[in-house]
Amino acid sequence: MTSSDAARPLLAVSGVTLQYKTRDRLVTATYRVDFDVYPGDRFILLGPSGCGKSTLLKAVGGYLQPVEGEIRLKGDVVRRPGPDRMMVFQEFDQLLPWRTVKENVMFPLRSGGRMARREAEEKALHYIAKVNLTRFADSYPHTLSGGMKQRVAIARGMAMEPAILLMDEPFAALDALTRRRMQDELLALWEGTRFTVLFVTHSIPEAIRVGSRILLLSPHPGQVKAELDSLAPGADGVAVGALEKRIHAMLFADAVEPATPHEEHG
Amino acid sequence: MSAATVVPPHRPEIVREPVAAGAFGIVQKPLSASERILNIGAVRKLALIVVLAVAWELYARQLHNPLLFPTFSATVQAFVHGMLGGDLFVKAMTSVKVLLKGYAAGIVCAAVLTVVAISTRIGTDLLELLTSMFNPLPAIALLPLALIWFGLGEGSIVFVIIHSVLWAVSLNTHSGFLAVSNTLRMVGRNYGLRGLPYVARILIPAAFPSILTGLKIGWAFAWRTLIAAELVFGVSSGSGGLGWYIYENKNQLEIPSVFAGLFTVIVIGLIVENVVFRTLEARTVRKWGLQN
Repeated sequence: MTSSDAARPLLAVSGVTLQYKTRDRLVTATYRVDFDVYPGDRFILLGPSGCGKSTLLKAVGGYLQPVEGEIRLKGDVVRRPGPDRMMVFQEFDQLLPWRTVKENVMFPLRSGGRMARREAEEKALHYIAKVNLTRFADSYPHTLSGGMKQRVAIARGMAMEPAILLMDEPFAALDALTRRRMQDELLALWEGTRFTVLFVTHSIPEAIRVGSRILLLSPHPGQVKAELDSLAPGADGVAVGALEKRIHAMLFADAVEPATPHEEHG
Repeated sequence: MSAATVVPPHRPEIVREPVAAGAFGIVQKPLSASERILNIGAVRKLALIVVLAVAWELYARQLHNPLLFPTFSATVQAFVHGMLGGDLFVKAMTSVKVLLKGYAAGIVCAAVLTVVAISTRIGTDLLELLTSMFNPLPAIALLPLALIWFGLGEGSIVFVIIHSVLWAVSLNTHSGFLAVSNTLRMVGRNYGLRGLPYVARILIPAAFPSILTGLKIGWAFAWRTLIAAELVFGVSSGSGGLGWYIYENKNQLEIPSVFAGLFTVIVIGLIVENVVFRTLEARTVRKWGLQN
């Protein structure tokens, strides 16, 4: 490892095996997964359902401990959830219903005496403006649409200026048009501040649009299949199509055969 | 297979221009005054109260037996008289004071118990065990014991009120905590909140609808227990409360005053429910969209 900061990974996931218990069985979600995220990456975890990508993100968030391997953020082992890894969840109910939009963004800034009220308010309003919600700063979450709630969650995550922003399929519950717009907005935000983001999705087009680097995971249990470079935003449709096809082939080629052997001749 | 050969007919594409709003008059129109008045819950309830009072008055007049069932007007008269000149007001205040003490102490105990229950597994077991043991136990059944332990005074009444409030509030608060969505829990921990700040700033607001229900039930239980306790052992701490007022007036066959005593309990109940709890609801769960 070199001494220069840019060359050192911000997040180092090495040999991580994750297991969780359900009521009657122990499930291995991922098996010896390695990847490194560097500052400024838009790093995508991509895979079909059951590849443990969300579990992996939760482990980076500190919600569960690996049974093997370790996760290091800036060299320190991740042990518990903390505000240096702000999460944006898929669910719309991630905002505190008893606080307005502005208060929601301010809450983590204020809690634990991190920031004075004035400073927190200024910062909150700045990021709320960035996601175009200034008009709704004093509204309560239940009066907002799904896309607006997700934008608040993103503003809240960014306002903390975390080392890394963790996004767990943040646009999956949105309608297709809103999702497309949110992807563009996220890219624009990234252009402005160049934060580091770890983004989970099961959509190949979304991975290519949003990501700069894509980690492909195979299912049951999740293992690294490939780590690819994505295309720059605004790449032409032919290149995107080719990459989509390539990823699709890598993810699903061998999965189809054992699952549906009798349809082979179809 | 005819189904395979059925082809939907070819239809031309349709493009239309929306009609300008002026063409069809009303898009939005404010509700009329009567509609708006009927939308106020308090007005509807007041109307119901008037209907009930009229029914009471008519029935009692037709019965014409003031010893069994005094009229509404006689009751109101006794109520006003008791409040202004008699000792009804003093008695009511005594009762309310004891009630508030017991209620507040019960809530504090419930808070401690549920915080212990939510933070440790053995605490959860303890709460479940204690509530299943003591919740079915009528508070009034503990009164003889309380009298031996705390003497013939306020202390024993406060004790039985705590008993009646504690389990109802704890049960509701705990089930409210358990129902908080996993996403919100993860959000709270993401902020780095743990221990008491986590409970106070995430769990309690998120579980507030259930907590409020618990508080309402606890309030009603506290009243029942208080009046019953006062009826059973009458004068305590010098003056005695509403229960004693009712008992005393029954002995003197002042039936309208008995009704006035009961009426006082009802009036206080209505005020607390419709003013205190309603305001609390409007300022919290309704404003936050947790309840419609």
